[in-house]
Amino acid sequence: MAEAATLESLQDHVGDLVVSEFRGATRVVVPRELLFDALELLQRRGFDLLVDITCVDYLTYRDATDRFGLVYLLANTGTNERITLRVFLNEPDLIVPSAVPLWEGANWLEREVWDMFGITFHGHPDHRRILLPDEFTAHPLRKDYPLQGRGERHNFPRLERGEA
Amino acid sequence: MSNQTFLPENVAISKLDELANWCRKNSLWPMPFATACCGIELMATGASKHDIARFGAEVFRFSPRQCDLMIVAGRVVMKMLPVLQRIWQQMHEPKWCISMGACASTGGVFDTYCVVQGVDRFLPVDMYIPGCPPRPEQLIQSVIDLQEKIQREGTLEGREFRTEQRQEPKRSLVELPIVEDPRKLRERFAKSLA
Amino acid sequence: MATDLQSVRQRERGYLPLGSQHALDLARDDERDYIWTLNFGPQHPATHTTLRIVLKLDGERVIDALPDIGYLHSGFEKLGEHLDYNQYVTITDRMNYISPLANNVAWHNAVEKLMGIEITPRCKYLRVIVCELARISDHLLCVGAMGLDVGAFTFFLYAFYQREVLYDIFETLCGARFTNSYTRTGGLFYDATPLVIEKIRTFIKRFPATLDDMERLLYRNRIFQDRTKDVGVLAKEEATAWSATGPIARASGVTRDLRKDEPYLSYADFDFQVPCMTSGDCFARFLVRMVEMRESLKIVEQAIENLPMGPISVGIDERTALPPKEQVWQSIEGLISHFELVMTNRGFEVPNDECYDAIESPNGELGFYLVGDGSDVAYRARCRPPSFIHFALFPKLIRGHTLSDVVAVLGSLNIIAAELDR
Repeated sequence: MAEAATLESLQDHVGDLVVSEFRGATRVVVPRELLFDALELLQRRGFDLLVDITCVDYLTYRDATDRFGLVYLLANTGTNERITLRVFLNEPDLIVPSAVPLWEGANWLEREVWDMFGITFHGHPDHRRILLPDEFTAHPLRKDYPLQGRGERHNFPRLERGEA
Repeated sequence: MSNQTFLPENVAISKLDELANWCRKNSLWPMPFATACCGIELMATGASKHDIARFGAEVFRFSPRQCDLMIVAGRVVMKMLPVLQRIWQQMHEPKWCISMGACASTGGVFDTYCVVQGVDRFLPVDMYIPGCPPRPEQLIQSVIDLQEKIQREGTLEGREFRTEQRQEPKRSLVELPIVEDPRKLRERFAKSLA
Repeated sequence: MATDLQSVRQRERGYLPLGSQHALDLARDDERDYIWTLNFGPQHPATHTTLRIVLKLDGERVIDALPDIGYLHSGFEKLGEHLDYNQYVTITDRMNYISPLANNVAWHNAVEKLMGIEITPRCKYLRVIVCELARISDHLLCVGAMGLDVGAFTFFLYAFYQREVLYDIFETLCGARFTNSYTRTGGLFYDATPLVIEKIRTFIKRFPATLDDMERLLYRNRIFQDRTKDVGVLAKEEATAWSATGPIARASGVTRDLRKDEPYLSYADFDFQVPCMTSGDCFARFLVRMVEMRESLKIVEQAIENLPMGPISVGIDERTALPPKEQVWQSIEGLISHFELVMTNRGFEVPNDECYDAIESPNGELGFYLVGDGSDVAYRARCRPPSFIHFALFPKLIRGHTLSDVVAVLGSLNIIAAELDR
């Protein structure tokens, strides 16, 4: 639940927003070019806790216009406000500025989004995979990757008895 | 007159193999390869309420060089499997493996791109324990069963590990086709019911 | 040491057995040749299952620590897109498997928020009781394992014995020791029987004595204090900058607890306090958890004494929870409701929208970001894992400390590998 003052200042400073509300949560859709300014403004206004950075692949979603939706969840520890920022991305330019200069906690969260979805974060200090092995080539949480994988999980030699 | 009358009370006669088996089975030192929730049940089995030390598994040595029983407790992911194989290779013969829980035996609830569908595809396993997680009593029962297996089949030099049955590569059960979207599968069935 | 690993890698032919190229590069390129690299994990008694840290050491002092995770990554979030809301609760059990009931409550809170359902008062109270018992269970294991890692074995056994008592309560309530899958959309799986309430009352009476014993063992223990005081200090601003929540943030001075700041379920009805400290070291995190257990016991006591009567699941108008059998067999609405929920291709209606809901889990803020698409399978089920975010703190906390402090800091952060990797 974000207060009207926050939304107003966001609208003035950044402009060009789509605000919606659902179940008491305020969601703001920001275009990609204004993302870093919006995050910085919110941090200055007291949203000091970055709760989560995640992504949704809208490939098979009904009435979806863009493929990827990056979601930033922020909270204000002083006033207990919460706000959700969304950025919509499409292939081939899946690149956004990194939020690490603002919140250190964004480091691993962005690495996970890169690992699972393939969204590049420009300016990230350590841009590599975090959960999957480095040799893994796909981005598994995308909708076009099957649940059981493509055979990577069984690609190992078998050890028999009496062998070393 | 039987031979037994000539033996004093503190002498026993047995086969060397049986003696070796008796020693080995009663001092199975586990190597707890605890990855997930089954690891907690493994810890609970080692704690005071269900005490696995009663059955000879006194010390949970975390060094593979000092263990003879590897308990794979929990799901094994493709990133972890080479580590598991390396630790298995570092253990000395004779060594046994218990695959504890549904995830280690068959992949469990996790039929996903990263979980190995059964550790026995890549390691020789002696005992499988079903359950998610298995109760500590089940783990203790499997250790008892393994002790009986060792007593029944063991040999001094470990000849039982080189038999034909032990070397046969295990085939998995029916290899399920990869379904891209299980929801479409459900729709197909729904039409057949209607 | 790095060259040995490299030749091993070449022999394995194709698969890198022991982790990232990046770690090996860091180790190799360092010009100061008194710096040596130690691989901590992923199979190690003190890494609470499958974490790996590559430590760069100068003698015993840690210069840098590079965490390498993913050794338990099981594709939970991908599974969330293929299992329906009531099936996925079994998977949430396996995330933070030390306090699975808290995860179940968090998941179904998020689902019910997305669907806009209000659950019954009895269900709210039972969920609070179960969440707080799970919190006690989690803290017992965390402090017990922390004690075990620094050498206090008796402390660990005392904690584990109480956890067995809690397992007994959970088994009487829902049939399983842990991995309970107790909640359902719109309610719970089983109601609390008088036997369970009796057992909980006995636990409330006997638990403070064990806590006193545990305190007597370690609070003023010189060795424990030396190993944990001023080790792994986290300042207040850093805690928020690194997104730390829960006991770790509270031990650094951030007075944020979702049970008080954004009350969910029926926490607003209870009188309890939230312990905080300012020093931010391992000892502070330990103390915060010990005191939180006492406060949780107070909440359970108040909830048990004031447990409201009534149904545990929402009514059949909501069309989400299975109705009780008497209604199914004796009224047409009950039968239709049962049919609608159980038959293939039916199930409950979920709005085409997204929402986030979090609870104060024993580890921190555990939230689920759900995207619904109308069917009873989530389109995206994202778990906001506190352990993952807290493990990012580890390199920062350990720099400059010695090798033996690694276990103390790791124990105080309460990293559960399944929640870390999902």
